[in-house]
Amino acid sequence: MQYTLLILALPLLSFIFLGLMDSKLKAQVSGLFGTCILGTITILSYFTAFQYFTTQKIDGVYQKLIPMHMEWVRFTEYLHIDLGILLDPISVMMLVVITTVSLMVHVYSLSYMHGEKGFQRYYAFLSLFTFSMLGLVVATNIFQMYIFWELVGVSSFLLIGFYYTKPSAVAASKKAFIVTRFADLFFLIGILVLSFYTKTFDFKELTAEDSNLFAACSGATFMGFSVISWATAMIFIGGAGKSAMFPLQIWLPDAMEGPTPVSALIHAATMVVAGVFLVARLFPVYYFQTPEVLHGVAYIGVFTALFAAVIACVQTDIKRVLAFSTISQIAFMMVALGVSGYEGHEGTGYMASMFHLFTHAMFKALLFLGAGSVIHAVHSNEMGHMGGLRKYMPITNWTFLIACLAIAGIPPFSGFFSKDEILSACFEFSPFVGVTMTFIAGLTAFYMFRLYYGIFWGKEHKHEHTPHESPLLMSVPLLFLTAVTVVAGIIPFMMGTPITSDGADYHIHLNVVVATISVVVASISIIISTILYKKGDGVMADKLATTFKGLHKAASNRFYIDEVYLFITKKIIFNNVSRPIAWFDRHVIDATMDGFANVTQWFSFKSKDFQSGQVQQYAFAFLLGTLIMTAIVMLL
Amino acid sequence: MGELIANFGTGQVPMVAYLGVSLIMFFSGVYGFLTRKSLLMILVAVELMLNAVDINFVVFNRFLFPGQFEGFFFALFTIAIAACETAVAIAIIINIYRNINSVQVGELDEMKE
Amino acid sequence: MANQIIFYVLATIIAIFSVLAVTSNKIIRSALYLLFVLLSTAGLYLLLGYPYLFGVQIAVYAGGVMVLFIFAIFLTNKPGDKVDKERPIRRIVAAITAFTGLAFCGHIIYYNVARVFTTVIAEETKIQVIGRTLMGTEKYQYLLPFEVISILLLACIVGSIMIARKR
Repeated sequence: MQYTLLILALPLLSFIFLGLMDSKLKAQVSGLFGTCILGTITILSYFTAFQYFTTQKIDGVYQKLIPMHMEWVRFTEYLHIDLGILLDPISVMMLVVITTVSLMVHVYSLSYMHGEKGFQRYYAFLSLFTFSMLGLVVATNIFQMYIFWELVGVSSFLLIGFYYTKPSAVAASKKAFIVTRFADLFFLIGILVLSFYTKTFDFKELTAEDSNLFAACSGATFMGFSVISWATAMIFIGGAGKSAMFPLQIWLPDAMEGPTPVSALIHAATMVVAGVFLVARLFPVYYFQTPEVLHGVAYIGVFTALFAAVIACVQTDIKRVLAFSTISQIAFMMVALGVSGYEGHEGTGYMASMFHLFTHAMFKALLFLGAGSVIHAVHSNEMGHMGGLRKYMPITNWTFLIACLAIAGIPPFSGFFSKDEILSACFEFSPFVGVTMTFIAGLTAFYMFRLYYGIFWGKEHKHEHTPHESPLLMSVPLLFLTAVTVVAGIIPFMMGTPITSDGADYHIHLNVVVATISVVVASISIIISTILYKKGDGVMADKLATTFKGLHKAASNRFYIDEVYLFITKKIIFNNVSRPIAWFDRHVIDATMDGFANVTQWFSFKSKDFQSGQVQQYAFAFLLGTLIMTAIVMLL
Repeated sequence: MGELIANFGTGQVPMVAYLGVSLIMFFSGVYGFLTRKSLLMILVAVELMLNAVDINFVVFNRFLFPGQFEGFFFALFTIAIAACETAVAIAIIINIYRNINSVQVGELDEMKE
Repeated sequence: MANQIIFYVLATIIAIFSVLAVTSNKIIRSALYLLFVLLSTAGLYLLLGYPYLFGVQIAVYAGGVMVLFIFAIFLTNKPGDKVDKERPIRRIVAAITAFTGLAFCGHIIYYNVARVFTTVIAEETKIQVIGRTLMGTEKYQYLLPFEVISILLLACIVGSIMIARKR
């Protein structure tokens, strides 16, 4: 399956080509070019998936396949960085998810970004992002993953800051970059510690079940925990940074400054699940070597899910609502991983997490694209400027509704199945986690329908010009994703899912009790939401808001986490660390260099008069020299 | 000096006398070149020096190789070249004058700094 | 005898006027003094038995170059302009340098040249010989330099026009 290299190479070439040509190409040409490339690799990915799932099964277990491998840098006898392509169930699934969503976004953007300045640049960046994300998921070793991890961060930075003339977009892109970079520092330290003790970067060796790698370092501890625990915790921090887990979630809501299709692709469907993917990739390490870290992951996930869901209930910017819902849903996946066991039925959580990743990518991309369609029509992000749009935008309305039902967990849409699996895994882990997660699922249904009613129902806002349904190029991706959302949940029931931690097939069976509870909770939430928001007069909602005034205000301000960060960075770090460093830099390092420059300059100015440009002076010097030499010859 | 005076009666001018004249001419030129500020005056000084050299060529030709013409032709060509040089130099000077309204060397610092 | 008298007269004129030419305050006078020097030099050539060179010197220098000079002076000088001179200190230094050079060279000439070659029989060079030498292509003949000079003159004419023309 050597051709999988093409899946990586084509977007890279597309990026280089579009990036170099930039405005020399017509906007539509570069858009179509990028889309065609994406279409090609989407087909290749589907083909890869088909071939992999039909041929690579040995003894009922899907094998890890490495069609491409080369050594890149060798440090020591054991430690070397390789580049290669690793195909296993989760990476193949990710290939499908990424290329599908990316293709949809490419098609959608053709219309959404039409006429924007920098259209070509936008497509170049999309190609770069697709390339790096695909590289990330097929990485054979943790270092290769780290390289693509950073590339993904860069392309996210570039795309958030796409409207670089807007100060808020610039600030948001910087924030996203700095926060994720900060987390990546821990990731890097984690990688180094892990590889130092296990003497390998390779995923295949790290995740082998009968691994002897960890035997050597079992004795090594640091501050009460084993070094491997530290390493995996650090690596998780890296993943938490990309996946916007508490307390590193602050960048994601701001990242909505980017174009909406970008939010759909990067900040909902693909990049933000990189953290989940990372934990899933190293799952055996977490599970066998450091279960305590895995439980930590679960609890951080639970807290983040709750936290983000509460905030999402009061936000008024529709993209921010979706951003917080994304954080919450990713936290669901993290929780599922955290509570998962390894094999067979125990491994429900792992399977559920990956399953939810897949379904979430589809319906969240759909939600974002739907939101983009709405924004395209209304030219505003604020829920207050919308309302009553269902009459004008029927396709958007219906697709959005289906996505909302899916995320709320109403059967038979895909979200129901994946969420149900997560919930049953949680109940098996501990009833407390299960109950909390069910409550959060209810909250999810509530805020999603608050959003839905806010946009499509309720009081109609006066529009400058009548909103209209989006053009065909935007509707087609919506419809396609809707179709996927509707059917995706049923597929694993029909043929069993191979996306498990050990690669063996797993047959989902619905846990009736959990399913009933979750559907009931979700329905109640939707009903509450309907009562509160359908009319859109907001009387009841305001009453509620005044009753829980403190909570409402805190949630509206995102629980002041941003302010805490600002306080820490601006007041403490800037004053106590950065300022002395800046002083040292300016007065010691710069001053030394300036000193060299000044001395040189002084000397130059002094010696400049030798070359005055006055030909008489030169003649005089020449004559004087001749005379002196004559005198010497004559007198000696 | 004694020989010059002694030679006076013979009706012949010694070579050293010619060389002395050209020497005076040449070093007046040098002095002028070093002290004058006007471009035209510098050109006058240069002409003086060239002329002194011409004399030297001719004198050496006449006194050392009377049967040949090397010095003679060298002087001839030098005169021609001097004429060219003067013409071009004066063209340049007039152009400069047109641009900066002056022909003083001290003011030719447009391109400097 | 007459030779000597003529020579010393010319030598005196040359010495005096070359010094005056570089020290005069008025630029037009400098040019005039230069003319005297050039004419006297032409006289020296005649004295040395090169009448052709005499003619060339008069025609080219006194005729052509001096006219150029005087035109240039008229074009670039406003009436009553005084020639700016260098600071006294520099003039003194330049004078000392020039005198030192004069002394050195004079010393060398006096002690090396005067001893050996003192007299010469000045015989006139025939113009036919000059013509043949100038136009011949054999050894010690100068057709090539002659042509080169003609090209140089052409280039110089074109160059002068290019440089001095109004834009």
